[in-house]
Amino acid sequence: MQYETAAQIRQALAAGQTTAARQTEAYLAQIAKYDGVYHCYNTINEQAAEQAAEFDKQGDKEGPLAGVPVAIKDNLATEAMPTTCSSKILQGFISPYDATVVQKLQAAGAIILGKTNMDEFAMGSTTETSYTGATKNPWDTGHVPGGSSGGSAAAVAAGEAPLALGSDTGGSIRQPCAYCGLTGIKPTYGAVSRYGLLAYGSSLDQIGPIAHTAEDCALLLQVIAGYDEKDSTSKKDVQFDFAAALQNADLRGKKIGLPLNYLGDGLDAEIKAAILAAAEQFAALGAELCEFEMPMIEYAVPAYYIIACAEASSNLSRYDGIKYGYHPERFADLEDLYLTARSEGFGLEVKRRIMLGTFALSSGYYDAYYQKALKVRALISREFDKAFAQYDAILSPVAPTCAPALNASLDDPLAMYLSDIYTVSVNLVGIPAISLPCGFSAAGLPIGMQLLGAHFDEEMLVKLAAAYQQKTDWHLKKPQLKEAE
Amino acid sequence: MSGYKNTGYEVVIGLEVHVELNTATKIFCSCSTAFGAAPNTQVCPVCSGMPGVLPVLNQKVLEKGVAVGLATNCSITQKCKFDRKNYFYPDLPKAYQTSQLYLPLCRNGYLEIETEGGVKKVRIHEIHMEEDAGKLNHEAQSGHTLIDFNRCGVPLLEIVSEPDMTSAEEVLAYLEKLKSTLEYLNVSDCKMQEGSMRADVNLSVRKVGAAELGTRTETKNMNSFKAIARAIEYEIFRQIEVLEDGGQVQQETRRWDDEKGIGYAMRNKENAHDYRYFPEPDLAPINISDAWLAEIRAAIPELPDQKKERYVQDYKLSAYDAAQLTRYRRLAELFESTVQLGGQPKEAANLLIGDCLRLLNADGREPADLQLAPESLAALLKLVAAGTINKTTAKNVFEQIYAHNVDPVAYVKENGLEMVSDDGALDAMIDEVIAANPKSVADYQGGKKAALGFLVGQIMKATKGKADAGKVNAKLAEKLSK
Repeated sequence: MQYETAAQIRQALAAGQTTAARQTEAYLAQIAKYDGVYHCYNTINEQAAEQAAEFDKQGDKEGPLAGVPVAIKDNLATEAMPTTCSSKILQGFISPYDATVVQKLQAAGAIILGKTNMDEFAMGSTTETSYTGATKNPWDTGHVPGGSSGGSAAAVAAGEAPLALGSDTGGSIRQPCAYCGLTGIKPTYGAVSRYGLLAYGSSLDQIGPIAHTAEDCALLLQVIAGYDEKDSTSKKDVQFDFAAALQNADLRGKKIGLPLNYLGDGLDAEIKAAILAAAEQFAALGAELCEFEMPMIEYAVPAYYIIACAEASSNLSRYDGIKYGYHPERFADLEDLYLTARSEGFGLEVKRRIMLGTFALSSGYYDAYYQKALKVRALISREFDKAFAQYDAILSPVAPTCAPALNASLDDPLAMYLSDIYTVSVNLVGIPAISLPCGFSAAGLPIGMQLLGAHFDEEMLVKLAAAYQQKTDWHLKKPQLKEAE
Repeated sequence: MSGYKNTGYEVVIGLEVHVELNTATKIFCSCSTAFGAAPNTQVCPVCSGMPGVLPVLNQKVLEKGVAVGLATNCSITQKCKFDRKNYFYPDLPKAYQTSQLYLPLCRNGYLEIETEGGVKKVRIHEIHMEEDAGKLNHEAQSGHTLIDFNRCGVPLLEIVSEPDMTSAEEVLAYLEKLKSTLEYLNVSDCKMQEGSMRADVNLSVRKVGAAELGTRTETKNMNSFKAIARAIEYEIFRQIEVLEDGGQVQQETRRWDDEKGIGYAMRNKENAHDYRYFPEPDLAPINISDAWLAEIRAAIPELPDQKKERYVQDYKLSAYDAAQLTRYRRLAELFESTVQLGGQPKEAANLLIGDCLRLLNADGREPADLQLAPESLAALLKLVAAGTINKTTAKNVFEQIYAHNVDPVAYVKENGLEMVSDDGALDAMIDEVIAANPKSVADYQGGKKAALGFLVGQIMKATKGKADAGKVNAKLAEKLSK
């Protein structure tokens, strides 16, 4: 049988009820059966079954992820499989090294199932900007899974992986989790090494776990977190221990802030109701709910897009058609090589953001845009500092709506950007947040909420989420999957 | 006419000097920085800009940068950071250079140079850290351009002066001073031919007395001090000519062709890059603690100016001699060791400044390349002081030391170079020469004092240069006046 969570797999493995090979094969079979419909993966690890069998023979069974299959987003560098960021410009690219998180997964005993689909270079909220085609939402194939880690989320939701790694620059883990009925953590900036994460917005990017439960997220986060001498922005002495957080569901004495202006205009009524119901549930668990205001959120989206696009315009400059990746057959001279490689190699949304970022950094505009965005970022930080001086966590929606229909978002990029309103400030400030399911819309699509914590207070977030999941069953609901016709 | 070489114009020059730091490893990875390796053998995912990599600052770069800042009287920016300078070029694999714009490591320093008008301060605007780019090799045969990333990520300091220099001579004095300071700190090889020291010249001219600065140009690609001096002279007169013809100097970047002896425009202002600098998000801000700063300060060796003063004080050398000796770290080290081993300071200085520098110059070598041992120099000076050999012989022996590091005592003995010290033998030789040259003797005695020199020469020849010339002179004069 195929177990659904990493915790169950570990238990079954420890009890001798299954093997890594059997679990891996079960997930590979699930992929073979359903991925034609959902397109969660860009690349399947051809060696996964073999590696699992090898693990059963002589792997370290004590590893925290011993024998557990994991899917990873296609922006994490791997030597054994292509790393493409779902972009034409990196088709077939094989990294000469493994990302630090990939090494950590392997050291923990995980079996990597494959590389998951994503918005091209993590730019998008729907996984529709992928060069390899859109991923479908397992709850309704007419809808997007969210993005940019849509492939990772859909894989877990469709039972094509029990766990997955995503990356979150402005909500790219949390929003797909909300759209797919999953739990995911965007860790504190600096908690997880970014070495080997193909950068989008370097000061915002974090790698994090996507799973069914807070418990599984904690398990995976504990494996990947920690200082890395290869990433000087990773924090020294980070040592999470979620054991206590997972055991004690008593939330008495905990204060949760509920920013009322997050629940105002623009938020879907069904989502608002689900958030308020979740607030009551937390109150029932003993927490004190406190209403307050976070007025700076109004400026978060513009500040975020300026900073993220500015950094992206520089980060993506290395894809020039010369050293690796897409190389045009014909070009007149050096400048034409750059122009052709980048015009043909990048998709529309990536080009849009590169141009936005280039403009924001241009001489004469730097102060008006980039510099101002940094000031806004500092003001938002101050607002969060003030909030966390009073509250242990902040409860908020993840997105203003449930998963949009396919092909409904890309025509209006501004509206798509604005839908990131609840997620981007977390990245601007660098704090952690956990996204978890808290209901369903009348149309049957999942609704998510998120809890925001103070820097490096992931244990608090896991505690709150685990307590909630002990009393609710939203995270246990499964979609009716469709087989390919 | 007044002004530069009586042109009626004055010249304003500022320099941007790049020096490669001599750290063992690169600025953001652990690849070797050694010069001259086979292409692309000193690269890793980080310095070749592979997707997903991150830089980690080499602390040695920071330490050497701080030392240079302190030695050039700068204030150190203890909380500084890196910025990205964005541009596309195949030798720059990330398409941005990690550099410093907003908060450079060092600011507001100066170096003192000697000029005709006395000591002059050349102010240093800033010194910042950055990474070097790779090298493009154009293959004539295939027409291909190949990229060598070995140099990518070699640490550089860019030392930016204020526009305080007014001639090529001042520029060279500044560069010499900078080079000797960097050598003393052991932070760079400063070899212009290998590109470990490069200088870009920002230059403008204006009518004497004009309040406004003229439009400046930036000239690049000079690979020796001589080429810099030539490029400056060329650019000064080019700009003056443009202005005299009623034209305007264009703000542009120019390239010097040393073979042809001309400069030409590369890029004008309209085509100037917009580098879109912004703070490097992949490197945490740098915090230099007071304690570490004090540690680096304490480790700075005696610098040329301090040494020079001490030489004048302690060894009673002339200011000129002291300056010559201290210009090169290796020369000063040799001098001090030689003196310590018993060499007389003035004589040691003469040997090193006169003979040694002359030989180095003739060979086109640097004092840093000197192999000779101070023990040999001290022994040589002792031979002279003891009257074992004369100064002419000493010169010849020094050449042997310079070339083959011979032991002077053994060499003098083996080649029988000791002075003729037997007075009887010398008297006999003098008498012989007097007898053989009656005409010169008569000339001298008739008042032609110059004739004495000829006779001395004859005697020295007879002794194969091994007599004490002073003694010969005295004895001869005495004999002839009888």
